[in-house]
Amino acid sequence: MLDDFIHWLGATPVSQLIQKVFWIIPTVQAVHILAISVVLASMAMFDLRLLGLAGKRSSIASLSRRFMPWLWGALIVLAASGSILIVGEPKRSLGNLSFLLKMCMLATVIIVTLGFQAVLKRDLKGGSADLAPAHGSLAKITGLLSLSLWVGIAVAGRLIAYTG
Amino acid sequence: MFDRFLQWLESTPPAIAISESSWLFPGIESVHVLAIAMVVGSITMVDLRLLDINLRERPVGELIAEVLPWTWTSFAVAVCSGALLFSSNATKYWGTVPFRAKMVLLALAGINMLAYHATIHRSVDLWGRRPPTPRAAKISGGLSLGLWIGVVTLGRWIGFV
Repeated sequence: MLDDFIHWLGATPVSQLIQKVFWIIPTVQAVHILAISVVLASMAMFDLRLLGLAGKRSSIASLSRRFMPWLWGALIVLAASGSILIVGEPKRSLGNLSFLLKMCMLATVIIVTLGFQAVLKRDLKGGSADLAPAHGSLAKITGLLSLSLWVGIAVAGRLIAYTG
Repeated sequence: MFDRFLQWLESTPPAIAISESSWLFPGIESVHVLAIAMVVGSITMVDLRLLDINLRERPVGELIAEVLPWTWTSFAVAVCSGALLFSSNATKYWGTVPFRAKMVLLALAGINMLAYHATIHRSVDLWGRRPPTPRAAKISGGLSLGLWIGVVTLGRWIGFV
């Protein structure tokens, strides 16, 4: 099933074009890495604040307003550039264990982030100036999970080149 | 002379270990990518502030003081991991165009940063509290952004030649 799809995708004109023009894949990979650097740096700052390790002068709410738009913006760039890479080299990614692991971690980190943002939003709506103090340990767990998952996603992404 | 240095580098124990192991190169490369992501991501925050695009409410001096330790720490990790990757196949890497071009852009980015700190940054307390930033700061930020994008692009390109 998956093999058939990989075979079909690899035979489409778009895929053929990406394979034939030598500079498309390296260029798109470079864009992909640049977007990852935006995500990693923004999320490192935000997650370290959640863990209470950095940036304590700013509130969680203000850092969230500052960094979340960059996360979602960069994720759109990542999805677009990543899709081009998959179409160009379907065999390299779709059946690859590192790729599957990366996608699972990505789905998890998106759910964790959305969940935390929902809690933060509810606290602010409830009249709290920042994340409610009662949710302190939730912030720490979110920060730790998010940071580890993003590092894991970047590592798994690089390892796609080495695993099958 | 330099060729002999590269050959010696390739014959050092860490270089041999990396080129003979199946997992050391990918492992160190992952660390390298993570470190570069932190370097470029943190520098981009400063560059976008210098360009008046982002973080406009933050004083420039304060932002730089806060971000720079992260940049330097990550840069040290990137240099060390990069040197290890380089040593595993030094002669080959040295002979490629993207590698040399990357080193040139890296040097230019360093010079741009030094020039900024030696000149415009000295008066950051006067202009950095609120936008707009002076033209010289915008040029410096724009140059930095462009150079680092070039460094990442060329770095990825090394793997294709």
